[in-house]
Amino acid sequence: MRKSRITGLLGGATLLAALTGAAGAVGLPTDKSITFQESATPQMDMVTNLHTIAFVIITAIVILVMGLMLFIFIRFNEKANPVPSKTSHNTLLEVVWTAAPVMIVLFLIAVATRPLYYLDTIPEPDMTVKAVGNQWNWDYVYPDHGGFEFNSAPLTKEEAAAKNLPGLLAVTEPMVVPAGKKIRVIVTASDVLHAFAVPAFGVKIDAVPGRLNETWFEVREPGTYYGQCSEVCGQLHYNMPIEVRVLPQAEFDAWVLEKNPEYVKNEGITTEARNTQTGE
Amino acid sequence: MVAIYGDGDDHAHNDKPTFFKRWFLSTNHKDIGTLYLWFGMASGLLGGFLSFMMRLELKEPGIQIFASEHTYLVFTSMHGLIMIFFMVMPALIGGFGNWFGPLMIGAPDMAFPRLNNLSFWLLPVAFVLLVSSFFVQGSSSGNGFGGGWVMYPPLSTSGHQGPAFDLIIMGLLAAGFASIFGAINFITTILNMRAPGMTMHKMPLFAWSILVTAFLLLLALPVLAAALFMLFFDRNAGTGFFNPAMGGDPEMFQHLFWFFGHPEVYIMILPAFGIVSHVVSTFSKKPIFGYLGMAYAMVAIGVVGFVVWAHHMYTVGMDVDLKLYFMVATLVIAVPTGIKIFSWLATMWGGSIRFEIPMLWAIAFIFLFVIGGVTGVVLSMPAIDVALHDTYYVVAHFHYVLSLGAVFGLFCGFYYWFGKIFGVMYNNILAQIHFWLFFVGVNVVFFPQHFLGMQGMPRRYIDYPVEFATYNEISTYGAFITLAGVIAFFVMMAEAFIVRRPAADNYWGEGATTLEWTLSSPPPYHQFNTLPRVK
Repeated sequence: MRKSRITGLLGGATLLAALTGAAGAVGLPTDKSITFQESATPQMDMVTNLHTIAFVIITAIVILVMGLMLFIFIRFNEKANPVPSKTSHNTLLEVVWTAAPVMIVLFLIAVATRPLYYLDTIPEPDMTVKAVGNQWNWDYVYPDHGGFEFNSAPLTKEEAAAKNLPGLLAVTEPMVVPAGKKIRVIVTASDVLHAFAVPAFGVKIDAVPGRLNETWFEVREPGTYYGQCSEVCGQLHYNMPIEVRVLPQAEFDAWVLEKNPEYVKNEGITTEARNTQTGE
Repeated sequence: MVAIYGDGDDHAHNDKPTFFKRWFLSTNHKDIGTLYLWFGMASGLLGGFLSFMMRLELKEPGIQIFASEHTYLVFTSMHGLIMIFFMVMPALIGGFGNWFGPLMIGAPDMAFPRLNNLSFWLLPVAFVLLVSSFFVQGSSSGNGFGGGWVMYPPLSTSGHQGPAFDLIIMGLLAAGFASIFGAINFITTILNMRAPGMTMHKMPLFAWSILVTAFLLLLALPVLAAALFMLFFDRNAGTGFFNPAMGGDPEMFQHLFWFFGHPEVYIMILPAFGIVSHVVSTFSKKPIFGYLGMAYAMVAIGVVGFVVWAHHMYTVGMDVDLKLYFMVATLVIAVPTGIKIFSWLATMWGGSIRFEIPMLWAIAFIFLFVIGGVTGVVLSMPAIDVALHDTYYVVAHFHYVLSLGAVFGLFCGFYYWFGKIFGVMYNNILAQIHFWLFFVGVNVVFFPQHFLGMQGMPRRYIDYPVEFATYNEISTYGAFITLAGVIAFFVMMAEAFIVRRPAADNYWGEGATTLEWTLSSPPPYHQFNTLPRVK
């Protein structure tokens, strides 16, 4: 398991380095980076692409405004233009600078709608994990695998350093899911608001007491991916990380059996029968 | 517009009352405006101190400054509440609105001078209640309320069972009522007390901005008050409005809060729009370009501002169609905002621009507001917001429009009217030092925070993984530069009041055409005893 995580990390890092020349790791923030974390899911690809489009547009707008201002300061300062004009209307100009933003807005609506629906439409999932936020740790429940559950508490910085894991990100026991499968995550909370977020997946959803929220992801490559609680939840809000370990299907199956030896692989068995088998 | 003056002011009624009567029982709009300005400045110092301590803490990974993580959250929460309710709103609306609302429309005073007095004096009461929450039990983690300025339940109900948050509710209710009274006063004054000949379509843009702001306050604050009352009852009277165990819903609070909260951001920025319009026009020596478009763009921003609130809540798990609606509605605001930006540029175009201190602040305002505005466009799209929600990108975005937008508008107005308000002129070199330190400082603080947010650093974190170290360190250096700017500001103030260079009636010359420039500096204690006539 440990080996595959490292392999995944190395593989991802090589890919990233090849793409950007940066020495960053997948699933982790990178110091001095000015971009998103490396995408690990089709969702985050969409988020990244949409942001790139938006970024080009806003940069063009900022450059246009700055350029105009600079020109105005050079051309129309007191020395260069001692006698001011008295123009205070130009209907054509006013129509243009109303219509141009309208066009940009329409364009953005057009390009932002499909990603929105893609992110928010949960496909038929291969499996479901339930994440419950507590002050200040997470519980993960595997209802499709006999309903076993465990607690995922943050490591202290010292513990993480001793294990050579990233501080304030690593946990005692991560959420484990298979690679290349559609994972539905049902998110709720037991006390106050929290938010389940993994930047590399393009996933962020509030954990609300009394409410079941759902989100999904499909991770391409095995590896370890980190996120952090993203809704203020009290004094240890800063140390309530989310660690997701993505394994190849076979290793995931082995992990499930380790966690729940009574679990029987469920091809062709109804949920009811499965529950009987697993003694629920 | 051209003003034809009355026969001059009647100086017989110009005797100022004694100190206590003048400053504590004041019903004079200019004195109350001055009180608001000093009050805003004092709160700004406290709010600024809180943020400076946060930046010191975040300078490097680890916990160095704060004894408890809870106290850090108390600082972030109080920084937000103090800066919004006790610095920006009092200074921009209470301060400049009181001073120049009546002067610009040619009115002798506000419509309800005693209500005006009540509006102001509720604020120190509110402030004492709010600040006292620092020193009483908040949650089991310590003193004070650390649930963020948004006060989401259950963290603000079951998560903070001590009395600290009750004090904050009381304080915000008092401040809210003060603002509602102020709004009633402004609306009545502006609609009924304009000088003869000053139709709505001849009214200066700052008066327009205050009018629109007052309507926003009047409609938004009662919703906040209702939400605060519900929180109070949930906490103390056993109700369950926001408690799922009793059939309530924590998310209902978020809807109520942001129904107030989004208009609130326009409440803070619209008066700055008004000020910047006058300053740009004055120092370009040109009338404002597209006056009607400018006025109605503010009205449009105010109206649309009421139907976009849930873009603050894209991650709560709302319906996807609803997200689409809120995205579209939010993007629509870019249109009137674009009209304002381009109209300012067109006002400068063909002008004869003087780069006086207020003009520098106005130019910087436009620059920073454009940056904050375009990142707002990015955040309006739920499919991008999912990556940026509750990260430092959002912190950078709203500080660009508020800390750098509204506050730059504030300083812009302060320098523009400094001589008019205090009757003395500032020292140009000290003011330049203040401007440049502040401008560079805040950009160094907030620009790198975009990158932190892109990499996913969440808000309200006292400590962070080492991967976020570089930009946090840079950001903190920016805070040192900004602090130097704040010190320069107070040096500038002290110098101006010690040296006392008298200000002329219209020290900006031909570009300054509104009615306050027809009066002495400072204006007589009572002005316009004979109403000016506006052609």
